[in-house]
Amino acid sequence: MDLGTFLVQCLNAVQYGLLLFLVASGLTLIFGIMGVINLAHGSFYMLGAYMAFALTPLFGGNFIVMLVAGVVLAAAFGYLLEWAFFSYLYQRDHLQQVLMTYGLILVFEEVRSILVGNDVHGVKVPDWLDGSFALGSLMSYPWYRLFASAACIVLAAALYVVVNRTRLGMMIRAGASNRDMVRGLGIDIRKLYRIVFAAGVALAALAGMIAAPMSSVYPGMGGSVLIICFVVVVIGGIGSITGALVASLLVGFVDTFGKVLFAELSGMGVYVLMALVLIWRPEGLMGRKI
Amino acid sequence: MTPKTSSTARIILATLALGSIATFSHAQQGKLKVGLMLPYSGTYTALGVAIENGFKLYVDEQGGKLGGREIEYVKVDDESDPAKATDNVNKLIKRDNVDVIVGTVHSGVAMAMAKAAKESGTVLIVPNAGADAVTGPMCAPNIFRSSFSNWQPAFAMGEVAAKQQGKKKAITITWKYAAGDESVNGFKEGFEKAGGQVTKQLNVPFPNVEFQALLTEIAAAKPDAVYAFFAGGGAVKFVKDYAAAGLDKTIPLYGPGFLTDGTLDAQGASAQGMLTTLHYADGLNTPRDTAFRTAYAKAFKLQPDVYAVQGYDAAQMLSIGLTAVKGDIGKKPEFASAIEKAKIDSPRGPFSIGKSHNPVQDIYLRKVDGKENKVVSVASKALADPARGCKL
Repeated sequence: MDLGTFLVQCLNAVQYGLLLFLVASGLTLIFGIMGVINLAHGSFYMLGAYMAFALTPLFGGNFIVMLVAGVVLAAAFGYLLEWAFFSYLYQRDHLQQVLMTYGLILVFEEVRSILVGNDVHGVKVPDWLDGSFALGSLMSYPWYRLFASAACIVLAAALYVVVNRTRLGMMIRAGASNRDMVRGLGIDIRKLYRIVFAAGVALAALAGMIAAPMSSVYPGMGGSVLIICFVVVVIGGIGSITGALVASLLVGFVDTFGKVLFAELSGMGVYVLMALVLIWRPEGLMGRKI
Repeated sequence: MTPKTSSTARIILATLALGSIATFSHAQQGKLKVGLMLPYSGTYTALGVAIENGFKLYVDEQGGKLGGREIEYVKVDDESDPAKATDNVNKLIKRDNVDVIVGTVHSGVAMAMAKAAKESGTVLIVPNAGADAVTGPMCAPNIFRSSFSNWQPAFAMGEVAAKQQGKKKAITITWKYAAGDESVNGFKEGFEKAGGQVTKQLNVPFPNVEFQALLTEIAAAKPDAVYAFFAGGGAVKFVKDYAAAGLDKTIPLYGPGFLTDGTLDAQGASAQGMLTTLHYADGLNTPRDTAFRTAYAKAFKLQPDVYAVQGYDAAQMLSIGLTAVKGDIGKKPEFASAIEKAKIDSPRGPFSIGKSHNPVQDIYLRKVDGKENKVVSVASKALADPARGCKL
C-alpha cells in the first residue's frame, strides 16, 4: 500500500467512524444515563433515513431545513415514546427492557412495511453537494461524504459543550451518577430523562438522515447499525460521550484496514478489538470503574 | 391393551384411513394440490407475489386445469427463514398431502426444501433460488428448476468481459456468503477460460454495506473491470458508491442481472450504461414475451418481472409433465422424462431442461437505459449449468 492509498484509507476510516459516533452517542446517552438497554435504537436510525426519503420532496432542495425539521420531529417522537413506554422501564430489570425494546423493533419494521413498503429507495444528494473532487490520480471523493464528516464533527463538539459546560449537562451527569440525590436537590428527574431520551432519538435519526443519501434506504437497515453501535458503546465505556467518539474512530480504523489487509477475517476484527479492550479495561476505555 | 397403546393404534388406523382416502382421490383424478411455499412477508415479499401471479396466470390461461386436473393451492409463507424451512415444507408434504411443491426465493430455504423433497419423492419446482447445489449435489429425478443457477449469468458475463469487451484483468467483489461465492467463481471461470485473469477477490461480510475501503483498494489496483454480486439494498448502495468514487468512468462495473433488477429507481443516474447478464431482459419484443406482458399487466395491474416469468414457466413445466401422464403425477419417471424432452415456450425465449433439471437457456447481455435493463445481445446461447456433483 503506497502513501496515497494509505491516506485515502485513513480518510475512509475517519469518515465511517464519525458517522458511527453520531448513532452511538445517542445510544450511550440513553444507556449510560438512564440505564435502559434500548434495542430499538437502530430503528430510530432507520426512522431518520426514511424521514429523509419522505421529507426531501416536501422541502425541495433545502437540505439543511429538512434536517432541522427531521430533528424536531424525531425529538418530539422520542419525547412521546419516553412518556408512553420507556418511563415505565427504569425500575425494571434488563430482561424486561430488552423484551419491550425488541418488541418495538418489530412494531417499527411492520409500520414501515405498511407505510412505505419493502422496496429499496434512494435519497438524492442535495444539488450543492452533488459532485466529487479528485484525490490524487487515484479516485475521486464525493463532496457529500466530506460534508457528512464535517456535520458529525460539529455535532460532536456541540454535544461536548452541552454535557460538560452547561447547567443542563451538569444535571444530566449528576442524574447518571445518583438519581435519588438529584431528585433530593429538587430537580425534576423525570423531565430530565425525557429530554435526554428525546435527544438520543434525535441524534440517531439525524445520523440516519445524513447517511440516507450515501447508503440508500432499505428494510432492516436499523438492525445492522445497532450491533456495531453496541460494540462502540461497550468499547468506549457506557455513558461516556468522549469514550464513544474514541471508540467510533477506533472501530472505523479497525474495520477499514481489516477489510483491506485481512479480507477473509474482516468480519471479526471489530469484535476482536472489543474483546481485547474488555480484557484490558472491563469498564471500557473511558467508563467509570465497575 | 393399555389405554396409551390403544390410542396410538387408533392414530395409526386413522392415518392409514386418511392415507387411503388420499390415494383414492388420486385415482379419481380429483383436484391436484399445489403447495406454494414462497415469501409472503419480509424483504422478498414482492418476489413471492410475482412468482405466484405468474404461476396462476398460466393456470388460468389453461382454464384452471393442468393435464385435465383442476388445481387447488395451499399457501405457506416461508418468511425467507432457513430455520423454519424444514418444518414448513414438511407441513405441506405430510399434513396437507400436496402433490407438487413450488418454491422458493431464498437459496437457504430452497436447500431445505430440496432435501425434504428428495426424501419424500414429492415433485418440487424451484421458481427462483439460484444455489448451484439444488441442481448439483442435491439433484433428484423429482426436483426441477424454472429459473437459473448462480453459475449461469456469472459465467456468461465472464465470457463477455474477456471476449467482447477485451478485458484482461478483473477484480471481483461480493458479500461473503454462498450465493456470492458461486457467482464470482462462475465469473472467474468464464473470464479465465476466455483468456482473462481475476487478480483479486474482495469480500464484505454479509450484510455489511460499508464499501468505501474496498473501493479505494480497487482504485489503487487499477484493474480493467470489476465484477460485483450484491442484491437489494446492497446492490443500490454499491452501484451508487462506485459511481460517487468516480470509478464508473475509468473501470467498467459488471454484474449478474440482480445488480440492476428492481433497483434502478433507487440507483438513478449511477447505474446508467451498466452491462449485466441474466436470462431475461426488457425490450425482448418477441410475440411470446409481448403477449405474456400484456396478459400479466391486464390481470394484475402490474408490470411483470423476471420472477413472474419464472413462476409462469414453473406452471408450464408442471403442465407438460402432467399432460404426458394424463394427470396421474404418481407416474414419476414418465412425468420427468416428458419435461426433460420438452421445449418450454417461455416469455424469455424457448428453453429446455438439462439432465440435472436446470434450464438450458440463452443468457442475455443487457444495458441499463433509463429505468430499463434493455437487451443488447445474447451473451451465451443455450448455456447449460455444469451440474457439478449431480449423479442423474
